[in-house]
Amino acid sequence: MIHLPVLKAADRKFKADPDNAPTTDLRDEIFQLEKEGEWEVIRVPEPYMELPTKYGRMKKIPLEKTWHHKSCGQCGHIPGYSTSIFWLNRAFDLDYHDPTDQTSCTAWNYYASATSNPEAQAAVAIRNFAAAHEVGYFPLIHCGTSFGHYKEVRHALVHQPELRRKVKKIMERLGKKLVIPEEIVHYSEWVLAMKDRIAERQEIDMSNITATVHPACHYHKLIEEDAIYDSEIYGAQRTAIVTGTLKALGINVGDYSTWFDCCGFGFRHILVSRDFSRSFSVQRKIEVMIEEVNPDITVTHDTGCVTTLDQSQFAGKAHNKKVGLPVMADSQVAALAMGAHPYKVLQLHWHNTDNKAFLEKLGIDWQQKWKEFEQEVGKIKSGEKEFMTWEDAES
Amino acid sequence: MALDLSMNKHADVSYDEKERLFDEVKADERWHHVLYGCYECGICVASCPSARFYDFSPRVIAQAVAREDVDLIYTLMSDSIWDCSQCFSCDRCPRHNSPGQIITIMREVAVKNGLQTAKEALEGYGRIIYKIMATGSQVSPDMLQPDAFPDWGPHVHEISDNLEDWRKALPPETMHTTETGWTVDSKTIIELYLIWHMTGVMELIEGIDEGLYMILVDVMEERLEEAGYDDITFD
Repeated sequence: MIHLPVLKAADRKFKADPDNAPTTDLRDEIFQLEKEGEWEVIRVPEPYMELPTKYGRMKKIPLEKTWHHKSCGQCGHIPGYSTSIFWLNRAFDLDYHDPTDQTSCTAWNYYASATSNPEAQAAVAIRNFAAAHEVGYFPLIHCGTSFGHYKEVRHALVHQPELRRKVKKIMERLGKKLVIPEEIVHYSEWVLAMKDRIAERQEIDMSNITATVHPACHYHKLIEEDAIYDSEIYGAQRTAIVTGTLKALGINVGDYSTWFDCCGFGFRHILVSRDFSRSFSVQRKIEVMIEEVNPDITVTHDTGCVTTLDQSQFAGKAHNKKVGLPVMADSQVAALAMGAHPYKVLQLHWHNTDNKAFLEKLGIDWQQKWKEFEQEVGKIKSGEKEFMTWEDAES
Repeated sequence: MALDLSMNKHADVSYDEKERLFDEVKADERWHHVLYGCYECGICVASCPSARFYDFSPRVIAQAVAREDVDLIYTLMSDSIWDCSQCFSCDRCPRHNSPGQIITIMREVAVKNGLQTAKEALEGYGRIIYKIMATGSQVSPDMLQPDAFPDWGPHVHEISDNLEDWRKALPPETMHTTETGWTVDSKTIIELYLIWHMTGVMELIEGIDEGLYMILVDVMEERLEEAGYDDITFD
């Protein structure tokens, strides 16, 4: 009898080798095209941190001089998501830019309705990149779909000379240069790059918290080689994003069997066919997380995922499903850990699923915090103040 | 209801017309990077959220286009493609197919040709298209209306009732808006309209929803004229 060694899954060690990656490094082609005069590459500004991607290549993540490409879904419906990203930048006194010369990426509409085409998609992306470059900042993309879509646009522009020609012509008409970022960077990569600095400034102990993580499809499935992986997180067998941040904050991250499934967003479905979104989100994600892990919170890093996982639970409750799991973005959890106000900064009143028990477990007096927020709103209502300022939110 | 994959459902459409539409799909620049053959392993189906809830299969899509079965492709273009969640979980394919991307191209062709099923799939979606095309920000706070999201519960009422004040209680200065996600410069909007003009996107809208097209043209042409672009029309 021949005895073959049996390797247990847990004993497998995966080491990514960039020299044997199954794809070429797109950045080499991007810089080559710059040499050929095709476009100008927007360099990642100093200071930056390098993090490993799926095949072991290093990706530069800028820490400052970031141009915040906001997400329409975040700003529109869960505004504490983006506010927390800005709050973190301010807390570390980092130089960032919150532009008004920015449009949506239009990808949500494109994936939902197909009422666009590759030239329009690429032109919208390059117009935003050019706007960032004109003011001397580097684009940091808040939305997972914008991030995935822009990676696809960049890939297409590298490999399709005719598309480059068309977009260049459009940019000339707009008085803009054809520029392309050296890296397409998602804000959650910035949060991950900042995790140790965030942990150093942590004010709220989170070691009694168990979380589940939902990695956003358009973050790690579109141009998958560009997502951040880490041999210390899931043995580099799945993306390290969010999980790496939560672990740095002392949170226990529980694993669940449907981690690869999408959230149920579906683009057109969440807007006009929500029966699908609700069912999938509750039955394939929330219920599974509760049954297998029973976490205090689920944390994700994209607009659609926070929206779908959070909003779908109301209908699930009516059907006696296992629901009631608070949903937040990694930026909100990181800001909360550093002492950000749950309503003035995290703006948790825009979320649907009850998160008060989670706040209580962290020792946060949510009733007092809500009273403080309402006082600010009262000043706005009475005309004493026009807006709540950063100083008000940070006091 | 089970998806009717028989050839009879669209017998009224000629084979030549179905073939013309498939030729348009194959002419797309992305085509050669989305289909390499199919093992019929079913990994795409196992990963697919829509396959769990609809009579939908990314494998059937890949198989149909690989076999160039134009009748079946037309049937799928008229039904299944709008069930796809566009999550791209099917990119797990060991042959590096991307059924999700194949569907993206098929959807574009369906829209471009104004297929009735595309119009039906996008019924009720016009407001969203209006927002992104006209304002530069697809999702806006004022979309959170109870009648639009009844299944999200009383929470939406609360937001809607407090919308103006809660927006003002956001620290970032760019986010005090209700009609857009953030403040978008007029110059930026004009640049967006010029992109729509130069890329023929408005023609797609016209083929799908003529009423929406006319509203958008009115809004865009007026703002373009104010900005000095008198020569630009969408006719």
